[in-house]
Amino acid sequence: MPMLELQGIHTYYGHVQALKGVDVTVEQGEIVTLIGANGAGKSTLLMTICGNPRATRGKIMFEGQDITRAPISTIVRQGVQQVPEGRRIFSRMTVLENLQMGATLGDPAHYKSDLDRMFGMFSILEKRQTQRAGTLSGGEQQMLAICRALMSRPRLLMLDEPSLGLAPLIVKQIFKTIQDLNRENGTTILLVEQNAFHALKVAHRAYVLQNGEIRLQGSGQELLSNPEVRALYLEGGHHAP
Amino acid sequence: MRVEERVEQGGWLGESLPPFIGLHRCGTPDFRGRARLSAGAGLEYFLQQMINGLTLGSIYGLIAIGYTMVYGIIGMINFAHGEVYMIGSFIAVIAFTLLSAAGIAAVPLGIVAVLLAAVFFTAVYGWAIERVAYRPLRGAPKIAPLISAIGMSIFLQNYVQLAQGARVKPIPPVVRGSFELLHLDGFTVRLTFIQIFIILTTVVLMIGFTYLITRTSFGRQQRSCEQDRTMASLLGVNVDRTISATFVIGAALAAVAGVMVTMYYGVVDFYIGFLAGMKAFTAAVLGGIGSLPGAMLGGLLIGLIEALFSAYFSIEYKDVASFSILILVLMFMPSGLLGRPEIEKV
Ligand SMILES: Nc1ncnc2c1ncn2[C@@H]1O[C@H](COP(=O)(O)OP(=O)(O)OP(=O)(O)O)[C@@H](O)[C@H]1O
Ligand SMILES: [Mg+2]
Repeated sequence: MPMLELQGIHTYYGHVQALKGVDVTVEQGEIVTLIGANGAGKSTLLMTICGNPRATRGKIMFEGQDITRAPISTIVRQGVQQVPEGRRIFSRMTVLENLQMGATLGDPAHYKSDLDRMFGMFSILEKRQTQRAGTLSGGEQQMLAICRALMSRPRLLMLDEPSLGLAPLIVKQIFKTIQDLNRENGTTILLVEQNAFHALKVAHRAYVLQNGEIRLQGSGQELLSNPEVRALYLEGGHHAP
Repeated sequence: MRVEERVEQGGWLGESLPPFIGLHRCGTPDFRGRARLSAGAGLEYFLQQMINGLTLGSIYGLIAIGYTMVYGIIGMINFAHGEVYMIGSFIAVIAFTLLSAAGIAAVPLGIVAVLLAAVFFTAVYGWAIERVAYRPLRGAPKIAPLISAIGMSIFLQNYVQLAQGARVKPIPPVVRGSFELLHLDGFTVRLTFIQIFIILTTVVLMIGFTYLITRTSFGRQQRSCEQDRTMASLLGVNVDRTISATFVIGAALAAVAGVMVTMYYGVVDFYIGFLAGMKAFTAAVLGGIGSLPGAMLGGLLIGLIEALFSAYFSIEYKDVASFSILILVLMFMPSGLLGRPEIEKV
């Protein structure tokens, strides 16, 4: 049984159809990457899984349970967390308060050790603890957004373009973090990326979304060598390791 | 229950008072008129007005918090909030009447009982108003809940008028006595026990409330909903419950204000919510709508301005002072004194 299974998902914004019958599965312990052009529907797909907006047609199963119409609170309580597009940190709260917000669904007994783990991962957050999150740099905000999602020890972590706008060194650090989480904690990951080269390299499997439909799917390696993917998503200077 | 009506009752605060009804007819009960004033008593007179203004400002500040919190979390002005305060005052009148009918003489215990009753029942009203009038309109265009709020305000006024009658409701004085702080040239600066009670209660509540919002996990969830409701829900915050709690807290603070006003002036009627609500709203706007310290500061300033304006210019036109401020602030400083500067990284 897959951990997450989307069957024929249709999602609309008013009259705009953003998803047109999408099938995606994510197995326990996998890193699955979703790539696609701007406006393909990637963010919509992640948000639909969390129930905002709702799928108008199709079915979403999480660990054998139908969550298509479940309240958002029920869905996130199952261990589904996302680092949404644009980070959406609470900018008028301190860094520490943001992390505490992330622990809302977590076990209070784990709070202290989880906090230390986050600070171990990104030591800058520890130094900035009492600073308003809105004053962090873009990269620091991204680290905070990831740590906030991790504070509840999610079993499925969805990340929407975590490398957007970050310096190459930080991008590397973030991809390494994602891989470590997957290897060491067994966290299942659904990753949306524009940075297709990196994303496909770390992914076990990947999907290409185009105009709200799945265009291609396969292992990360397969898609990396697929001529269509290379032409559309890997053109330009993305090949350098 | 319906409170007994007595027309001949003029209030017990002082025979020199003009006939008044509640907050909207008289802002400063200790106002003695400048006629009696001799030249040397200028400072004493001013001091007295500051004390009166501080008392009034405490009341406005408590009510203003309800406006600012609701605005912060759902982005609408809850125009029914003045009525919530009015209901708190009525519950106080009913409770005081019941207590005195039961012959309960222990004043401190009685006041605590009245406060608890008023806070509880008013909070239920606050909760119900949100459920009935605003929650079904969540996600609707902004004008819809605004109209709903005005409708709710009219409904509550009429409901209380029908249930309790239109006449002024008096209560016997609960707390008498005062300190004479200064006495000079025939003018006495008085700090009444009830004023001390009002100011102290307000200070304690504001400290407790600030702690709740800035230091507790409920306060964090409340603030997270203010900033990004969707994100808060994705982290597992129960947004509906947090919004309900916001209304309940706002109503509870307004109820305390209502009880204290009832004790201060000795009378209420179904209409007091309108002007007190508008003044508190002005306070919230002056402080910066959405800002909690702003609501407290704004309340204080409006109270002081009103007391001083009544004392030195015209008691008849004291409402003009507050509302001129409202207009000026809206025109020239819409984010108020402590409103948040909108500089945020996206
Ligand atoms: N709130 C919204 N209201 C209306 N239309 C929307 C809304 N959000 C997204 N859309 C539309 O849905 C489509 C898919 O948007 P989505 O944000 O899912 O794309 P994306 O693949 O994440 O793109 P990007 O790579 O630019 O982030 C787009 O055509 C977009 O215009
Ligand atoms: Mg997107």
